Amino acid sequence: MKTRIYVTLKNGVLDPQGKAIHHALEGLGFGGVNDVRAGKLIELDLDDSVTTADIERMCQQLLANTVIENFRIEPVAG
Amino acid sequence: MKTAVIVFPGSNCDRDMAVALEQVTGKAPAMIWHRESELPEGVDFIALPGGFSYGDYLRCGAISARSPIITAVKAAADRGVRVLGVCNGFQVLTEAGMLPGALMRNATMNFICRDVSLTVANNNSDFTRLYQAGEQVNFPVAHHDGNFNADADTLDRLEGEGRVAFRYTTPINGAARDIAGILSEKRNVLGMMPHPERMIEPAHGGNDGRRLFESVLAAL
Repeated sequence: MKTRIYVTLKNGVLDPQGKAIHHALEGLGFGGVNDVRAGKLIELDLDDSVTTADIERMCQQLLANTVIENFRIEPVAG
Repeated sequence: MKTAVIVFPGSNCDRDMAVALEQVTGKAPAMIWHRESELPEGVDFIALPGGFSYGDYLRCGAISARSPIITAVKAAADRGVRVLGVCNGFQVLTEAGMLPGALMRNATMNFICRDVSLTVANNNSDFTRLYQAGEQVNFPVAHHDGNFNADADTLDRLEGEGRVAFRYTTPINGAARDIAGILSEKRNVLGMMPHPERMIEPAHGGNDGRRLFESVLAAL
């Protein structure tokens, strides 16, 4: 079973990386980009015995730093 | 004073820290590999050095903060042992939950490597006692992720409780309220981005960092 963890910066937390990407897009001439936020995608290949609660704990204890980041757990079909 | 330096894969200021500790205490520290689960008996002072442990993978300090030795470091800090985290060591302390907040990418996106002026914001700690409150000192910084961030309540609490030990005299990396170093609630854990261990003898361009170690020595 594959599960994807999306880790994103909380609203209001300054994202210098997103800002740099935004500048680079503008430099390439792409208009209409209002804001860019960069995050992480972590893909886990899990045994069936691993519960959602287990994944939640993985996120809380390591995969995200909940001081500055939010996470979203998304099972991958197939 | 019995000291220990924790060594992570990718630490690169561990030997600078060891030289500083040996110069000030007259005794070489124990170098403790992160896979160990015990600290030397009777250790008085533990340093988490700078570097790029685990290549800064996931988040700076995140993987090191889950090393076996950190459980022992936490237990020692709970007993009142002084713990200093410098640069990557500061990042490890926040990731381990031993200090509040987080160190984010510098707001300017630049790696900053130079001497900076710091203001001693609070000298009521075993690390800062030999400085004057408000004194300006010069320490080197060398980091990409030193932008200290915490929610407003946490920042207010840190300031209200006199737990901001050092501030940047002029902003360098976007850190909230120019915070360069903070103390734990019990004031025996200090995390800071600038490097006191690289400013302990005239050949370093100054010795402002020396008093930090001498303060700890004097406290024991």
